[in-house]
Amino acid sequence: MSAHVSSLRAVLSARQVRFGLVLTLAVVGFALFGPLFAPHAPTDLVGITYGRPTAGAPLGYDYIGHDVWSRVLAGGVSVVWMSLASAAIALAAGTALGLLAAFARRRVDQAIVWFTDVFMAFPDLILVLLIVSMLGRDHWIIVLTVAVAFAPGVVRLSRGIALGVVNQEFVEAAEMMGYPRSRILFREILPSILTPLLVHLGIMLTWAVGMLSGLAFLGYGVAPPAADWGLMINENRAGLLIQPAAVFGPVLLIALFALGTNLLAEGVGRVTSRIEERRS
Amino acid sequence: MSVIAVDGHAFRRVESGAVHDAAQNEVFGEVAAQSRPRPEPAAPLLKVQGLRVQLAGGADVVSDVSFEVAAGRIIGLVGESGSGKTTVASALLGHVRHGARIVEGRIEVAGTDLLSLDEDALRTVRGRVVAHVAQDPATTLNPLLRIGTHMHEVLEVHAPALDRAAREARILDVFADVGLPAEAAFLKRFPHQLSGGQQQRVLLAQAFVLKPRLIVLDEPTTALDVSTQARVLATIRRLCSQHGVAAVYVSHDLAVVRELVDDVIVLYAGRIAEAAPLATLFDAPAHPYSQGLLAAIPDVAERRALQPIPGQAPAPGTRPAGCAFAPRCPLADARCGSEQPALSHLHGGQQAACLKLEAGPAFRIEAAASARRPAAEADGPPLLEVAQIDAWYGSRQVLHNVALRLGAGECVAVVGESGSGKTTLARALAGLGEHAAGSVLYRGQSLSLHARERTADVRHQIQYIFQNPYRALNPRHRVGETLTAAVRHFFGVDRAEARRRAEAVMARVSLQPGLLDAYPRELSGGERQRVAIARALVCEPQLLICDEITSALDVSVQATILALLRELQAGGLSILFVTHDLGVVRALADRVVVLREGRVVEHGAVDDVLDHPFNRYTKQLVEHSPSLIDAAHRPPREDRVIRYSI
Repeated sequence: MSAHVSSLRAVLSARQVRFGLVLTLAVVGFALFGPLFAPHAPTDLVGITYGRPTAGAPLGYDYIGHDVWSRVLAGGVSVVWMSLASAAIALAAGTALGLLAAFARRRVDQAIVWFTDVFMAFPDLILVLLIVSMLGRDHWIIVLTVAVAFAPGVVRLSRGIALGVVNQEFVEAAEMMGYPRSRILFREILPSILTPLLVHLGIMLTWAVGMLSGLAFLGYGVAPPAADWGLMINENRAGLLIQPAAVFGPVLLIALFALGTNLLAEGVGRVTSRIEERRS
Repeated sequence: MSVIAVDGHAFRRVESGAVHDAAQNEVFGEVAAQSRPRPEPAAPLLKVQGLRVQLAGGADVVSDVSFEVAAGRIIGLVGESGSGKTTVASALLGHVRHGARIVEGRIEVAGTDLLSLDEDALRTVRGRVVAHVAQDPATTLNPLLRIGTHMHEVLEVHAPALDRAAREARILDVFADVGLPAEAAFLKRFPHQLSGGQQQRVLLAQAFVLKPRLIVLDEPTTALDVSTQARVLATIRRLCSQHGVAAVYVSHDLAVVRELVDDVIVLYAGRIAEAAPLATLFDAPAHPYSQGLLAAIPDVAERRALQPIPGQAPAPGTRPAGCAFAPRCPLADARCGSEQPALSHLHGGQQAACLKLEAGPAFRIEAAASARRPAAEADGPPLLEVAQIDAWYGSRQVLHNVALRLGAGECVAVVGESGSGKTTLARALAGLGEHAAGSVLYRGQSLSLHARERTADVRHQIQYIFQNPYRALNPRHRVGETLTAAVRHFFGVDRAEARRRAEAVMARVSLQPGLLDAYPRELSGGERQRVAIARALVCEPQLLICDEITSALDVSVQATILALLRELQAGGLSILFVTHDLGVVRALADRVVVLREGRVVEHGAVDDVLDHPFNRYTKQLVEHSPSLIDAAHRPPREDRVIRYSI
């Protein structure tokens, strides 16, 4: 345990990591608990179109008279859970495939690499737009398609790192003992490649936030009248000059979430690589 | 694995022929010259006084190191890992590694105080006055640059006045000097087209081409096979005496140092433990640590009861107060634990830093009984019978029809140089043979060369221990998990029983049970190798296959591992021991199989083979193996040469 605790402490002692962590937690907290404090339901029509901020509505009213503050408080949950879910699914699926490719080699490796290359040839956003426009815009479909778009990157990354590990003697030793293959993959190899993958998870979170809000902005994400930060930007951009708060509120929160996850991921990556350098 | 095989191929391709023969003659010529008296030392060329190097945290890496070297003489700087020998060596070039700094002392080369120079002045001194030869030519030479470019670069920087033709002439001169082909075509080669010995000669040429006054050699032969090593050492000795160059030779290997140097400094925990002329050190070591080192080295010439030095060398920052060796020293008393001994002068130029010099030797070299005679063939079927194994690397065959037998409770050594196929053989028998085929019987049953195709019962009976303890254990698993996973896998016992067995096996390999909760990175190299052995033992093996398992370890640690193996063998375990070190073979094995280029060239009882090698290649291996036994006590070499050339 001591080694884990000391690594954790070293990671947390970096300023960048602490800043990123606080920022991420703050935005996630805002998104999760925000709806509890909303003065109005996100779909209530309570003011005039693009109404200026007043005492009861600190951010004013949007394009059809919703309270912007209430929608900002309510519109984060979808962004947060969908970005977390899609990044996590991409990580799990991509890592499993990447490990398998590195360990099995030959045919299996070639097939997996070939598939990821084909997927990577599509620009992420176009791929997602294609799938969503064909299959519909249910939340879980959007999550899965974003995960599909990200998974090839994870496959390549995990395969690349795992290739350096599968030839290590401790893997050969396990093979010689005749341990089950699943144990070798997930107990022997996986822990050794976990650190860079976790860093990549943070980066994917950032991308997912951008992609989900982009989808919502383009009208392929969360459907109105539900509140969603990305969607709100799209809805209110026509009134940008009259009522800027209706756009900048959600923009600011998306930016902070992306910044927080990115700082966190990069900071952890930097610190752990320093730790590992010292140990080797 | 694959790299080794490729290297071996290159070795055979280029080292044969004229160069090989010239170098060969040089060895025998030099051996004869060794007994000639050397010229008396002149005024010292290198003077080191009170050198102290500190880490950023304030811990000393090196303290109070003072010594002198005269022109034309070679001094050996000997110590185990962490003794500070490499730090001293690089300080002689005015350099310390990142995070350390020279806080005290004076280093004077040919009248110049190196430590008072600025970076620019140092740069001109390095190479021109003090040259350095690195440990591993494979990583020192840029694989993308031709040999000629490497050489021209040195001259372009340090002798800009020379034009290209003059430079080339000088390069070819020095190549002839170091025993490389002095041909323009050779300069066009890339490092990978050279054998390990030739690469090391290129480094020597780089150092000698500027005609420096002092040359610092940092373990330049550790990456080489014994025969190549012997030739390179002979070249170094000739160059130093020919050009009147002073040399500092850093090594962990006393046996190698013995072949080369005039004086020896033994470093321990950053301080000089003992400094003495070569003969004095080997005949009458004064410091308990020197005595311990000498008693811990297995020797090719005689079988010894190796005496491990208990404990391990302290790392910088954890060195004890008083004498750093006291915790491992059988003579230590309360005073040793509190008082730092100073170097005291003994007779004949010998100096030692010890408070108990009169208390008599702390370790004594003891010859052991001869190797056990292999049991008669009639004793029943052998445990392992390899009828024949062939193995390929790509389209090249690396094992040709290799056969061997291993009786129950026997230790058979497989010996060969790199590229001989010995590791391929061991891996095939362990079940890691990817491109091997053959017929092998284990307990009379056919044995697959793929571990997955063996039954669980056979898999736990045949265990393999890897060469490098740093890569053989999963860095993310605690020692306890590594051991219990094996127990539970093979014997299906519950958690508590697995833990109990893990604790029991830790005791067998002399490790504290508390280390079960440690990660491999918290362990020293020797401890890791013990854990690797423990992982094999916990599977209750009948046959242990060991692949060079001590080559990454210090000699005193090696002695403890060898002692452990002997003990296990006495308990009935059969061992197949793969090594390139004939000293280890003599210390451990009952029988030996000599491999060359994938074929068995000789096999037999250890004492027979090593005392009276029959095959020309074996004979050469035995002769080139560095030994601590005086040449006078070994059979004369010329005699053997004549006998075998008939």
